[in-house]
Amino acid sequence: MKLELIQPFISAVDAVLADTMQCPITIHDLSMEDDAYRKKGVAALIAFKGAIEGRVILDMELSPIAKVASYLAGEDITLDDQITRETVSELANMVIGNAVTILNDRGSSFKVYPPELISEDQIKCNSVDTEATVLSFQTEHGNVYMNISLHYNRRRQRERSVVAVS
Amino acid sequence: MKQFEALLRKDNQPVRYLVVDDSVFARKSLAKMIEAFGGSVAGEAGDGLTAITEYGRTKPDIVLMDITMPQMEGIEAVERIVREHPEARIVMVSSVGYQDNILAALQKGARHFVQKPVKPDTLYEIIRYVLSDEGVTASV
Repeated sequence: MKLELIQPFISAVDAVLADTMQCPITIHDLSMEDDAYRKKGVAALIAFKGAIEGRVILDMELSPIAKVASYLAGEDITLDDQITRETVSELANMVIGNAVTILNDRGSSFKVYPPELISEDQIKCNSVDTEATVLSFQTEHGNVYMNISLHYNRRRQRERSVVAVS
Repeated sequence: MKQFEALLRKDNQPVRYLVVDDSVFARKSLAKMIEAFGGSVAGEAGDGLTAITEYGRTKPDIVLMDITMPQMEGIEAVERIVREHPEARIVMVSSVGYQDNILAALQKGARHFVQKPVKPDTLYEIIRYVLSDEGVTASV
């Protein structure tokens, strides 16, 4: 996978988590996977269609979810199922939104779908030709994972090249 | 949350807000900020279509509007609200902040844009700016 597709997500996670968790974030691990992804906590999937296609999964342990939930609520709160789901969806929206802003301003046009919470333990990689990059972010409140499987849509790129030449 | 100098209307009443976001959590978070700004939530909506109805019902001083929502997205809702109520003051609050989106929202009549995660200080300054021609003052 092209680094230029991953970098905006690293920057977005760094900025959004640092804001909502009020602590420094470090990349603990980066690996490539072409098998099914086994989630570690509560995960939300966001699909991309257009000049960039694929999906990104934000996966969080409960402890960082609690920290973010309290920040968003403006007071200490106890997690229940609904708050947990809402927090992961909202955080996924913020991270992906920030990354999409960077990608879109670079000229790629694509649609991003609302986050879907993942109920299964394993998620298959949906692109035949794209392996996933798994980033593990370490914070003092626990780990956050991001699984990115994105690629440029070749047909769209060819169409753009033809238009550019003609 | 930090308390701000209250933003008041000319008649010394609290500024009334309509909060539009499909996330209940995001609405609660914005409501907390509004409280810290000395304002009151006149209404809430989870999609653009309900926002139009709620605007007509509550006639708020300002609308905080998300972009990506089910049924009707924020930008279309802005266009329809401003068409009917040209005086409407709408601030877009979204995680998706690329230029095309911001431009589209401004062209349809939105007054400003704030990217999520929202920082209370930033939102406070933007609301003060957007409402300034309405004679909004910070009380002492």
